[in-house]
Amino acid sequence: MATEFHNLQELRHSASLANKVFIQRDYSEGTTCRFQTKFPSELESRIERKLFEDTVKTLNNYYTEAEKIGGQSYLEGCLACSTAYLIFLCMETRYEKVLKKISKYIQEQNEKIFAPRGLLITDPIERGMRVIEISIYEDRGSSGSSSGSSSVSGSTAR
Amino acid sequence: METPYKKRTPKRRKWESFPGRNKFYCNGRLMMAKQTGVFYLTLVLILVTCGLFFTFDCPFLALELTPVIPVIGGVLFMFVLGTLLRTSFSDPGVLPRATSDEAADLERQIDVANGSTGYRPPPRTKEVVINGQTVKLKYCFTCKIFRPPRASHCSLCDNCVERFDHHCPWVGNCVGRRNYRFFYMFILSLSFLTIFIFSFVITHIILRSHRSGFLKALKDSPASVLEVVVCFFSVWSIVGLSGFHTYLISSNQTTNEDIKGSWSSKRGKDNYNPYSHGNIFTNCCAALCGPLPPSLIDRRGFIQSGTPQLAPPTNGISMYGATQSQQSHMCDQDQCIQSTKFVLQAAATPLLQQQSSDPVILTASTENGGPLPGRTSLNLGGPCTSLPLGQPTPPTSTPSLSCHEASDMLPIHGHSHVHNHGHTLQEPMAHHHFLTPEEVPSPPGMLPCGSPMGHSHTMQAGFYNPASQDSLHEDSVRGLVKLSSV
Repeated sequence: MATEFHNLQELRHSASLANKVFIQRDYSEGTTCRFQTKFPSELESRIERKLFEDTVKTLNNYYTEAEKIGGQSYLEGCLACSTAYLIFLCMETRYEKVLKKISKYIQEQNEKIFAPRGLLITDPIERGMRVIEISIYEDRGSSGSSSGSSSVSGSTAR
Repeated sequence: METPYKKRTPKRRKWESFPGRNKFYCNGRLMMAKQTGVFYLTLVLILVTCGLFFTFDCPFLALELTPVIPVIGGVLFMFVLGTLLRTSFSDPGVLPRATSDEAADLERQIDVANGSTGYRPPPRTKEVVINGQTVKLKYCFTCKIFRPPRASHCSLCDNCVERFDHHCPWVGNCVGRRNYRFFYMFILSLSFLTIFIFSFVITHIILRSHRSGFLKALKDSPASVLEVVVCFFSVWSIVGLSGFHTYLISSNQTTNEDIKGSWSSKRGKDNYNPYSHGNIFTNCCAALCGPLPPSLIDRRGFIQSGTPQLAPPTNGISMYGATQSQQSHMCDQDQCIQSTKFVLQAAATPLLQQQSSDPVILTASTENGGPLPGRTSLNLGGPCTSLPLGQPTPPTSTPSLSCHEASDMLPIHGHSHVHNHGHTLQEPMAHHHFLTPEEVPSPPGMLPCGSPMGHSHTMQAGFYNPASQDSLHEDSVRGLVKLSSV
């Protein structure tokens, strides 16, 4: 956590928010949570296509795992119903567990891959699962027009 | 930079500045719709009937027949109450509104796609192919998002809700993705409870009459009469509703989709439900035992000073023209006055007169047939029957007027009525079909006080004229609905 904060601090001090790219949901498979893997043109000069696609595909896999309807989810559903849903006072739903995994994964990706390239991913759950928000930062010295300040950078620090 | 003497404002929780029209209790833990009067009626009906049953009928039955009866009754009662409270107090699956950055990005994309005409933009839709079916995703002007498939905007709560089924005044909340299973279990268990109480109260009276004659039996336990009356009228509607929702679950449809006939084979040979898992068993399991997604609106989180601002609603509201300048500072009184104004303005139109004459002609004919039991009766006390129409889509919005009105006097039951209304009123309303007022959640008068409407002034000019006549009709309809529910 301390290392990550250090990175974000650096980002905030030496870079300013230039633009935001939004990866929209892909509804071609129904209402399950999936994001489009189409590579946005604004990121072409910032990150390799493969890295970006791998990140989005991994996220999609996590969400599919969370929403999977199978033996485990049925068991959880029946158990919860029989205890009048009081069991959720003590234990987390599977969905929540996977969301925690996703949040850790995003933090990791930000630290290792995105922040060194001046990018930052916001966890989709903070945007109501509508979009993956990728903030593009420019070095303060070099960019002519800089917009906003530290509006987004704090959000992945959880 | 913060000075050392700056007064620290207490941190507010997100529910306190929630943009929708919901009420929150217990510091954001519970959320309900704004109008909760009917919910209290439901609660009172259930508590009083069960209370009378346990007090007056159970002692006799426990002695004469078996003490298991009150036990089963008790279990059923607790289950009904539990599921009712769970349905009423949980987040139905509200989609949080877009941040201003997101909204701007979407607007930019739409402008690029449309090749900005500058005059009145076409209704914003996006098409997507799901499992071979083409589904249209609509843009919500209030929430500034393209609604996911099966989501809909509830005009009463002013929120987009995922997998929107209907807004139920009897539970005082919307029924959507996150609380549909609780709602279903509520009506199912309530059906059993009603039948249980009804049959055992009748048994009680019969046993007593064997001993002391029918009239004396009634005099000895007067509460039983009340219970029988309540249960008799409830049984038809609640059991019918349970049957209807069982059908919906097994075919994986929402009430909304069923009423619109979205996946009906009458629309076309190749029209099928792309969300269905194929067999009834899987559909039921998925709906009732599938994973429960967490709430997307973080009600109890604290508002961080750096969080992105929400984009305030614009285009849809601007079509109501003249009253925009007053919108930002309206209070309840003004809302009432505004609604009245709209009603009076529209009173001269034949549309309103036609609508107002409709509710009393409720017939029980099943125009569209359908294999559902109990769809045709006209009875008192039917939970959730008229309110699938609560959301503002043009073909159903006028039925919602008549049904909503009627529901104050005579709660109707059966979706056949809806089809009747839908068809009779479709001709005069035909020219309203493609209007984006369907995106608008409410007449201007009903907006919450202090909403940031300032910048919407700028949108006035472009959208006023072509839409104003239609929007006036739409306003009057909504105004009347709101008035009748005040």
